[in-house]
Amino acid sequence: MTTTWNTKNSEAADEVVLPADDSHGFSETLRNALIITRREVRDSLRDWRIIVPIVMLTFFFPFLAQWVASGFSNFLSQYGAELVGERSIPFLLMIVGFFPISISLVIALETFVGEKERRSLEPLLSTPLTNTELYIGKTLAAMIPPLMASFGGMMVYLLSLLSGQLAWRPQAMLVIQIFMLTIVQALVMVTGAVVVSSQATSTRAANLLASFIIIPMTLLINAESIMMFLAPDAISPYGIGSLWAVLVGMCVVVVLFLRIGNTIFNREELLGRNLDSMNISGTIRKIGRYIRAVDDAGTPARNLLEWYTKAIPYSLRKQKRAVLVTLGVSLVAFVGGFAVGLVPEWRIVLPQGTLSPRTVAIINDILTPTVQREALTFIVGNNVRVLLAATILAFFSFGVMALVMTPTVYVVLGYIFSQLVLSGSDLTVYFAALIPHGMIELPTVLLGTAVAFRLGAVVTRPPRGETVGHAVVVAFGDTIKLGLGVILPCLIVAALIEVYITFQVVQLVVR
Amino acid sequence: MIETQDLTKEFDEFLAVDRVSIRVGAGEVLAVLGPNGAGKTTTVRMMTSILVPTRGTARIAGYDVVRDAAKVRASVGVLTEQHGLYERMKVLEYLDFFGEIYHLTKNVRQTRARELLERFGLAEAMNRRVGDYSKGMKQKLALVRALLHHPPVLLLDEPTSAMDPQSAKQVRDAIIDLQKEERTFLITTHNLTEAQALANKIAIIRHGRIIAQGSLAELGQQMGAQVRIELRVNGALNGVAKDIGDMVEICDTGDGWLQYSTPDASVTNPVLLRKLIGLGVEVVSLTPITSTLEDIYLKIMEEDEVVHPMQSL
Repeated sequence: MTTTWNTKNSEAADEVVLPADDSHGFSETLRNALIITRREVRDSLRDWRIIVPIVMLTFFFPFLAQWVASGFSNFLSQYGAELVGERSIPFLLMIVGFFPISISLVIALETFVGEKERRSLEPLLSTPLTNTELYIGKTLAAMIPPLMASFGGMMVYLLSLLSGQLAWRPQAMLVIQIFMLTIVQALVMVTGAVVVSSQATSTRAANLLASFIIIPMTLLINAESIMMFLAPDAISPYGIGSLWAVLVGMCVVVVLFLRIGNTIFNREELLGRNLDSMNISGTIRKIGRYIRAVDDAGTPARNLLEWYTKAIPYSLRKQKRAVLVTLGVSLVAFVGGFAVGLVPEWRIVLPQGTLSPRTVAIINDILTPTVQREALTFIVGNNVRVLLAATILAFFSFGVMALVMTPTVYVVLGYIFSQLVLSGSDLTVYFAALIPHGMIELPTVLLGTAVAFRLGAVVTRPPRGETVGHAVVVAFGDTIKLGLGVILPCLIVAALIEVYITFQVVQLVVR
Repeated sequence: MIETQDLTKEFDEFLAVDRVSIRVGAGEVLAVLGPNGAGKTTTVRMMTSILVPTRGTARIAGYDVVRDAAKVRASVGVLTEQHGLYERMKVLEYLDFFGEIYHLTKNVRQTRARELLERFGLAEAMNRRVGDYSKGMKQKLALVRALLHHPPVLLLDEPTSAMDPQSAKQVRDAIIDLQKEERTFLITTHNLTEAQALANKIAIIRHGRIIAQGSLAELGQQMGAQVRIELRVNGALNGVAKDIGDMVEICDTGDGWLQYSTPDASVTNPVLLRKLIGLGVEVVSLTPITSTLEDIYLKIMEEDEVVHPMQSL
C-alpha cells in the first residue's frame, strides 16, 4: 500500500511514492537493486581503466594463451610428454577465465568505500533503498562486466583451439565445470570484496585487505589446476571429479559471504567510520569492561560474588544457541565414530584381559604422587591448549574450526565405545573410566567449544542493533570471562578427579 | 512535520547530540546555527534514518525514524554537506537515476527534472556531464536532486554555499515558494543573513545541545537584548552625546547621528526627547534598530561559553 501527496504548481503528477514497509518482497528488492546495478555497470563501462583491461583480456589474451598452449604442446611432444601438454590446455582455459574476473575484485573493493571517499554515498543512503537492495545492486554490478569478459575470453580461446592446429578437443563436462568454477570464483571474490568494502575506511585499506581474498583464491586455482593435471576425466574422485566438491564448497562460501555482507551492512558504520588507526588501548579497555559486565550496557560487577552470580550467568545465557549447535555436532561426531567402528575393515580386536585386576594393579603401582602431579599438569595443559587453539582458529574461520577440532574427541569416544560393544567387553568399566571426571570435563569442553564457535560466528550475524566491532568486543569479553571463571576452574576440577578419583572408581568396578 | 524529543547520539563515549528537542510545522523554516562540530550534521543524519539515535525519538512527516526508516527517507529531500554527485553521468541521466529510485514514473521524472533545472537556471547545461559543472552549478543540481520527488520535508545543509549572489537568490526564492506550498524546511547554515531572511525559527546548537530556540524576536527577548535607537539631529551633534550620556548607553556616533541602547524605549525616549528639545536640539528622527541575528547569536554563544566552557581538545 502506498500513500501519495498531491502538491500544487506543477503540471507533472506530484506524488511521493512511499514503500509499504521497510522490507520488500523478492521481486521488488531485485527491481530496486537493478536500478543501482544498471547505473554502476554503465559507469564502469565509461571508465577506460576498466574497459581497456577487459577488452585486452577478452580478445588478446585468449589468443596469447592458445599460442602458448600450441607452443608448449609441440615442445613437450619432442620429449614424449604429450600428456602434460594435453592437460595444460584446459588449465589455460581456466586461467583465461580467471584473469578478467580478477578485475571484479577491483570494482567490488571500491564499490562502497570508493563512493564514501568521493562523498557520493550519503545521498544514496538517504534514499528509500533498503540495505539489501543496495548490497545486491552493487554486488551484481561488480560481477557483470568481468564475468562477461571472462566468458567472452573463454569462448575466444575455445574457438581458437577448435580452429587451430591442436588436435585436443574439450570434454563437455570439463568445460561446464570450468565455466561454473569461473562463475563461483567470481562470486566468492566479489561477495568477499563487497564485505571488505563495506567495512573498510578507505580504498587503500580495502586494497590491503583484498590480499585476504586474492591469496586464497590463487591457492585454490593452483589446487584446481593440480586436479586437472592429475586425472583426465570428470568423474575421477581424485582428479577433476573432485572439482565438483570444490564447486560445492565455494557455493557454501558465497552463501556465507552474502549472508555476512547483508547482515553486517550498516548505514551508520558506512558513513561513521573515518579513521584507519587502531585504538588498541581503547579496545582492550572495552574488552575489560565486558569481562566484568553484568548486562548489555556493560555495567561492571561490583565484587567477585556479583561477578559469579550475575556476570557469568549473563554471559552463559548468550551461549545457548551455540551450545545447542555444538551439542548437535558432538552427538553427530559420536554417532559417526561409532558407525566407523562398525565397518569391518576398521575394527580392532581388543586383547583379552585388557582390564583385568592384574592390569589395574600394575597401573596402580605406576601412579605415584609424582606421576599423578605430572598427569594433572598434562591433562589440564592439554585441554587448555586444545580449547585455546580452537578459539584462535575459530576466530579466523567464522567459528567453523571450533566445530571441527574438539568434536573430534567424540569421534574417538564413539569409536572406542563401538569396539567395546562389539568385543562384548564389560561396559561398566568404560563408564567407570569416563563418568567421574567426564561429567564435569565433557560439558566444560562442550561449553568451551560453544564459546569459541560463538566468538568466530558472531561476525556473520552480530546481535540486532550492534555493530560488528562492538559484537566482537563483547564476544571477546564473554570468552575471557567464561574461560577464566568457568571453563578453567572446571577443567582443573575435572583433571583432579581424573587423576585422584577416577582410577579408584575403576579399581572398585574391576574388583 | 519535524518533531524530535530528547534526541541523543553517542559514538562510543563521545556525546555528539545531547537531548535535542525541536518541532517544525508544515510550511515552517527552521535554521539550525552552530559552530563546526556542534552536531548539526549528526542531527540531520538521524532525521534521515542513516544514524540510529542512542536515545530519544524523532518523527519526520509523521514517521518514526527508527521504525519507519524507508518511509522517512521517501518523505525527505536531503542536500548533504558535500553535494556527492556522480561526475561521469550526464545531468538528465543523473536525475533520472534518482527519480527512478524514488519510484517516479519516467514521464514524471523527466518533466520534473526539466522544470527544476529551468527554475534554477541550469536548463541550457542539462545535456552536459555533471563533472563539467562549476561548483555553484553542482550545488544547484544537488538541490534539484533533493527536490525531485516533491518531498514534504527538506533538510538542506548549507544550501547556498559556493553560489554567486544571483544563484543564491534563486535558491532563496525557491525556498520561499516551496514554503507557501506547506513544505517544511530544516536548514543548517553559517550564513546568518540568509537564516534571518528565510527562517521562521532559529535553533542554536553547541556541543550537541540546543542552547537557544525560537523566532528572532523571541531569541532577542530571551537574551534581554537592549533596544537600540538611532537619533538624527539637524546639523552636528555638538555635545548631544554628553548631554544624554547619563540616561542611555551611547553605542555609536557619526556626523549628525548617534546610536544608543536602552532597556525600555517607551520609558526612556519621551524623557530623552523632552531633554533634547529643552536643550534646543533639532531632532530629525528617532528610529529603532532591530538586533541582528549575528548580534543575538554571538551573545548567546558568549553566554553559553561562560556557563559551559569548551574543553580543550
